[in-house]
Amino acid sequence: MSAGPGISAAAAEPVNHARRVIVAWLVLSVIATPLVAVFLGPAIPPGNGSDEASQQVFDNQVMTAVITPILCLLVVFFAYALTRFRAQAGEAALDGPPLRNEPRVQALWVAATGLIVLGLAGFGTFELLETGAGGGQGPSPIAEPGGTKKKLEVQVIAQQWQFTYRYPSLGGLESAQLVLPAHTDVALHVTSLDAVHSFWAYELGVKADANPGVDNVAYVETKGPRVFHVRCAELCGLWHGYMFNNGLVVDAADFSRWAASERKNFAPVAKYMPAYSHTYLPEPQRRAG
Amino acid sequence: MRSVTGKLALAVAGVVAAGVLIGFYVSKLTTQAGSPTYTVPVKTGGAHPVVDLTIQTVAAVGPALSPNPDWVSFLVRDASGKWRRETVWRLPAHATVHVTIYNFDGASGLRNPFLARPQGVDGNRIVVDGKPLAVLPPDEASHTFAVPQLGLIVPVAPVPDDARNQCGYAPCSLSMAHRTETFTFHTGKPGHYRWQCFVPCAAGWITGFGGPMQTIGYMDGFLDVV
Repeated sequence: MSAGPGISAAAAEPVNHARRVIVAWLVLSVIATPLVAVFLGPAIPPGNGSDEASQQVFDNQVMTAVITPILCLLVVFFAYALTRFRAQAGEAALDGPPLRNEPRVQALWVAATGLIVLGLAGFGTFELLETGAGGGQGPSPIAEPGGTKKKLEVQVIAQQWQFTYRYPSLGGLESAQLVLPAHTDVALHVTSLDAVHSFWAYELGVKADANPGVDNVAYVETKGPRVFHVRCAELCGLWHGYMFNNGLVVDAADFSRWAASERKNFAPVAKYMPAYSHTYLPEPQRRAG
Repeated sequence: MRSVTGKLALAVAGVVAAGVLIGFYVSKLTTQAGSPTYTVPVKTGGAHPVVDLTIQTVAAVGPALSPNPDWVSFLVRDASGKWRRETVWRLPAHATVHVTIYNFDGASGLRNPFLARPQGVDGNRIVVDGKPLAVLPPDEASHTFAVPQLGLIVPVAPVPDDARNQCGYAPCSLSMAHRTETFTFHTGKPGHYRWQCFVPCAAGWITGFGGPMQTIGYMDGFLDVV
């Protein structure tokens, strides 16, 4: 069909939709990606309460930065398609041209998505193997941060519905509150006396399942003094939602004072405590059987 | 066909209605959970009120007080001296609470011996039959009264297996075999603090922690501190 009278030759030229979409995508990505990386990424939890938490924040920063251009492409594509190709009122509904094979686009798509997915998988695996990322690694951890460097061992004991904490290096004392010294490598040995729980020290970036008869080890390197929240992250019965308390990271002197005070409080029950072990299987009670 | 404004109004109304329903459900669930609230009478008023809380623990709550007569339970004594199977207790904030527990049940034993050490009570001591104790042998614990959010843990001493005149069903009379335990704690700021028993004392349930251990009105409840 030729251009009618009064219509310029330029207006009659076919519109290159793909070029428009790509330009809009590039512009949006160039603006959005640095903003996401600099402002949104660091704001994603869990914060910077420990080395592991900071590592998780960095991981989130990298991943959000990588997915931002992908999200921008989807937004631009849909926005453009919905506005440019929207049917007008009263317009007859016509089928579009048939889809045809475009090998170059397909190859580009497969290569780009493959690279992104494999790249993120490699990045995630590297990060995971470096320190364990604060996750429970079972009884034989493979990602021990700091190698064989001596760590403060703390046992997390879950039961319906409270966590308690045992310190073998402090004479096996047990406490109802988790208190950790600042700037210290800690090995958390998580276990349960009854049902399956999950120990989640939110701001420290630590999460490890608590299974009866299993020693689930997670590592954390504390930073400066702070309060953090401990929650159960596995539905474990009536008071699961109330299975929380606050933990503390304190400086070395305060930790020594706290330990001395707790030892005094613990003394009357010390003689009844079982020897420190990575797991406990309490004997059946008289009634429970 | 509705206008865009009409559709929007309908959507907003739907969201608000859903929010109200969810809010109502959650607030009921997290405050009373269907269990009636017993307001503990204030003995001495003022900025630091004093209250007396008298409770009993029984191995079987009996048909008069529950459709589950063989369930283990806590009961609370009201001002008229009547025993009620209500475990949501309203207490004043910043109050001193003198608690007396009459236990008519035998020993089950604690899964974690650490909880045999009284904590969060005055002097970290309980008084059992007139004798102050800093710890109860963990295997002898019959129940615990514990409020984790307040750091309160109190093991309850058992009636010996060979005691005479043991109580079969609640409410139990003080002429029957029992232990008397007293302690004092402080409520602090207002809030809903859940309490529970840590002894796996629910006979016949898996790991001793089903049934009455997971039902408000028996071995669990709230301190509704106002």
